[in-house]
Amino acid sequence: MPGVIEASDLTKIFGGITAVDHISFDVHEGEIFGFLGPNGAGKTTTTRMLTGIIPMDGGSVTIFGHNMGRDPVLAKQRFGIVPETSNAYVDLTAWQNLMLMAELYGLDRDRAAQRSLDLLETLGLSERRDQKVQGYSKGMKQRLILAMALLHEPELLFLDEPTSGLDVQSTRMILSMLRALNTDGTTIFLTTHNMEEANRLCDRVGIIREGRIVAIDAPEKLKAAIDRLHQIEVSFDGEIPAEELVSLDGITGAERRGDKWQITADNPDQAIRSLVSFSGRHGAAILFLHTLAPSLDDVFLRLTGEERP
Amino acid sequence: MNPAAVRTQVRRAWAIAKKDIRIYYFKGPVLIFGIFMPVFLFLAFSMGGRQLPLEFLLPGLMGMTLFFTSTAVSPAIFPWEGQAKTLERLAACPITIEAIVLGDMAASALFGIGVTAVTLLIALGLGLPLLHGIVLGSAVFLAAFCFSALGIILAAPPTNVPSNIMMLSSLLKFPLVFISGIFIPLEQLPAWGMALAVCSPLTYLTDLVRYAFTGAHYFPVPIDIAALIAFTLLFTAGAMRLHRRSLPRRV
Repeated sequence: MPGVIEASDLTKIFGGITAVDHISFDVHEGEIFGFLGPNGAGKTTTTRMLTGIIPMDGGSVTIFGHNMGRDPVLAKQRFGIVPETSNAYVDLTAWQNLMLMAELYGLDRDRAAQRSLDLLETLGLSERRDQKVQGYSKGMKQRLILAMALLHEPELLFLDEPTSGLDVQSTRMILSMLRALNTDGTTIFLTTHNMEEANRLCDRVGIIREGRIVAIDAPEKLKAAIDRLHQIEVSFDGEIPAEELVSLDGITGAERRGDKWQITADNPDQAIRSLVSFSGRHGAAILFLHTLAPSLDDVFLRLTGEERP
Repeated sequence: MNPAAVRTQVRRAWAIAKKDIRIYYFKGPVLIFGIFMPVFLFLAFSMGGRQLPLEFLLPGLMGMTLFFTSTAVSPAIFPWEGQAKTLERLAACPITIEAIVLGDMAASALFGIGVTAVTLLIALGLGLPLLHGIVLGSAVFLAAFCFSALGIILAAPPTNVPSNIMMLSSLLKFPLVFISGIFIPLEQLPAWGMALAVCSPLTYLTDLVRYAFTGAHYFPVPIDIAALIAFTLLFTAGAMRLHRRSLPRRV
């Protein structure tokens, strides 16, 4: 697949401190790419370089083949951006903000008006379109920012914590719109702290730590990669021989915790099959069996060196 | 459509200008500052003991009005937008920094020309004859862009605190008024004063406005026009270059 975003050896240095340290990655056409990392890891700096807001000190970025250093206007024409903090003009109305964006992206008047009407309707802002943005709630401002980013129908959308601090209604509206956009072919670059959001939305995630990419893969593959040994909780309706349990295929350890056994498995599939036949042999029915796969939270904490307390 | 083409960027600069006019210029305090500041200065000098004739002072008032109005808001736009994070939005849009500066200049120049037109009407109302309308129009147009660019240069230090920039702006603007032949005729200036006066674009505007109303002038008219063009080009190029460097530190 062609790279919609191609970042190569991207570097940023602030006052002698390397904030982004020679990172390289591609974002493929049609995917939702999650960009994760702890505070100060270099997420925002990277996103600002990708979007041409700040210049890079080394490396290169291309957006749809346009080099951000050489042809920033051509590159910027192809994407929309939703920053974490709303940056609509608060002294203008929603409609005026949208018309300003339309002019800055070169939309003709009729198309701009039609797109604006549609987006305001979809995002529930139609009735407030002629009100100055300073009277809007945080959720409304964020929805307007999304409308401003989508007005020129970009093929690529950058979002920085789009649902941070929003009410449930606005969050749901934005997430469902992102899914619909992606289904229609829009590539999405999503910076987020919300692991659940990244887990549910993203095809791949990149994790940055201290200015370096520490992992890029699909969330499920990352989860599988961090814990070679999986945990399984199982409970039987009678006593079973502990020493035999430990020696079953796929199982490397077993520890009793109340009425359950906490099983450590190097091959969870084999371990579950062994447990089922083991229960049959000993006439002890399985009351409960639960695989404890690592969450994306665990992946994040492991890879960023911030283990759970 | 090539978004990077000059024509397209000029159209986008006009969008910036319209936004500026709506947000920053159509505000009571801005209009009041633009009009009252030169009027009060004018009154202070016209009521003083120097007994300067009206045909000398009114052209000076026009020049001063254009100078103050064209530089009233332009120095603060970049810091304001940096503070409100709207500059970050513009930086991510397909518009060059040169087009943003051009748009800010156009808004500031239009505001200056609009307010100066009021003083022109006052001058005409007080019976001052307009002898060279085309010279006046050209001078006001050129000087409006020149002063706007100067104002935008003043905003180049990458601070997002408008009051810092406005203080710097006042430090430069007020001395310029006193060395530009507005209250003291150029021919009466000492040699060091004259050396300073030729460095001020306001000097050439005042000379041209005075010529337009009275026919009298200190420098030849083509020199005045050439000097204004040179200052405009210099300030515009300087503003674009400086903001290209300071924008990343501001967002």
